[in-house]
Amino acid sequence: MPVYSEKVMDHFMHPRNVGEIENPDGVGEVGNPVCGDMMTFYIKVKDNRLEDVKFKTFGCGAAIAVSSMVSEMAKDKTLEEALKITPRSVADELEGLPKNKFHCSNLGAQALTKAIEDYLSKKGKHRKKGKKEGGEQ
Amino acid sequence: MRKVYLDNAATTPLIPEVCEAMMPFLGEAFGNPSSLHDWGDVAREAVEAAREQVAQLIGASAEEIIFTGSGTESNNFAVKGLALAQQNKGKHVVVSAIEHFSVLNSARTLEKWGFELSLVPVDRYGVVDPDYVRRSIRKDTILVSIMQANGEIGTMESISEIARITKESNVVFHTDAVATAGTIPVNVSELGVDALSLAGNQFYGPKGVGALWVRKGVRIMSLLDGGIQEGGRRAGTENMPAIVGLGKAAELAATNMVARMEHLTHLRDRLLTELPAKIAHVVVTGHPQDRLPGNASFCIEFIEGESMLMLLNSQGVAVSSGSACTSRALKASHVLIAIGIPHELAHGSLLFSFGIENTVEDVDYVLEVLPPIVDRLRQMSPLYAKFTKAREGGK
Repeated sequence: MPVYSEKVMDHFMHPRNVGEIENPDGVGEVGNPVCGDMMTFYIKVKDNRLEDVKFKTFGCGAAIAVSSMVSEMAKDKTLEEALKITPRSVADELEGLPKNKFHCSNLGAQALTKAIEDYLSKKGKHRKKGKKEGGEQ
Repeated sequence: MRKVYLDNAATTPLIPEVCEAMMPFLGEAFGNPSSLHDWGDVAREAVEAAREQVAQLIGASAEEIIFTGSGTESNNFAVKGLALAQQNKGKHVVVSAIEHFSVLNSARTLEKWGFELSLVPVDRYGVVDPDYVRRSIRKDTILVSIMQANGEIGTMESISEIARITKESNVVFHTDAVATAGTIPVNVSELGVDALSLAGNQFYGPKGVGALWVRKGVRIMSLLDGGIQEGGRRAGTENMPAIVGLGKAAELAATNMVARMEHLTHLRDRLLTELPAKIAHVVVTGHPQDRLPGNASFCIEFIEGESMLMLLNSQGVAVSSGSACTSRALKASHVLIAIGIPHELAHGSLLFSFGIENTVEDVDYVLEVLPPIVDRLRQMSPLYAKFTKAREGGK
């Protein structure tokens, strides 16, 4: 087996928060199938907090464990706190990732950030209805 | 938990008869075959007996067999050694795009040494077109190296047909028979090649030993300088237990070949038919008929190989994958890319390679545990979600 920490194996074998959210407040997608890792994060926001976080991931064991860990770290956090989650902090929580997999599999924080940005831009657009500077990505 | 080993392409297990034959040479029979005393005589006789056994397996003469340290060494020796020995005639080398890295990277090293390399493409089944080889041969071509069968997708090549072409052009022809020798009938005269590589751990012999057969009269430059072991072509004190084991494995392979092939073909065909029937969106890779008896290879759509491999392992099933994520270099298998499998599909590669110890129950166990694993990963896959949404949208 690839040399994965017990924490990675645990999150791979029992991933938390797999799935989609119906009518999500934000969606973030990173990676592509050609590279072999692709993650989509869905968030539900209430009172500036991540009330629910779900994900779908195509990729190796590390990619699935990373997604699961990010979803767990982000749930119930304020948006500002969630935006502070980085690939490094995810890897640390997972008790390390294999060196060669650090970059390709560790896209969870990026996907979450994208989902939050998506939420913020939609909200911004809604508030500034009619104005041009909506945060279209 | 049930344990099912289906990674015989990586290595076959060492069978007890072979292990038994090796044991004296890990103990009291420790002599060096080059020594001129009783200890040396025992060792020398054992090496020569093994050489005869290997020669018989491939229909060769014993003096044409050179023992090496692995299939990889045999291929390095063949490609570099044959090219270096013929370089006064020209510096052009032809190999196929799906060769093992020990051939491909040896040819690339030759390029660095000033040789020119032509890569022969394959069709979607992994078959080399002999006519393409004919067109690749130039006046300065000195060596062609095409494998007899590919271990990743199982496809067999038309070696004797290619040999007729190289013979016409007077070009030395090497075939990597690591996946075939000891598994299917291999006869160097029938094939018409000039050199052939094989390895012990592909047919229930030990690891760390291989052989290169070079037709008498064909010049090869030695890569290891030193003493006059192996007729001066491969220096270094012989790996006695491994060589004796290779010899015994060769003898058993020759004796049991037909029965073994029938058994492996039966298991292979059962999986090749039943797996696509049980799981939707599965592509069989390699040639549908002309393939190694024990090889069943697939690409499973929308999911990735390493995660399948890990979940299969958690159910006691050992397989391998050509997925980028399972390779240290994080590159998809060059074989899957060469047969035109798109990168996203190559990620879902799974290779089942059967051995003589496998049973029909092993196949049925895979057919029982794999579908839920695929289901589980597809439920998690954004690619599968997109696919099902698009399909529903199309209704």
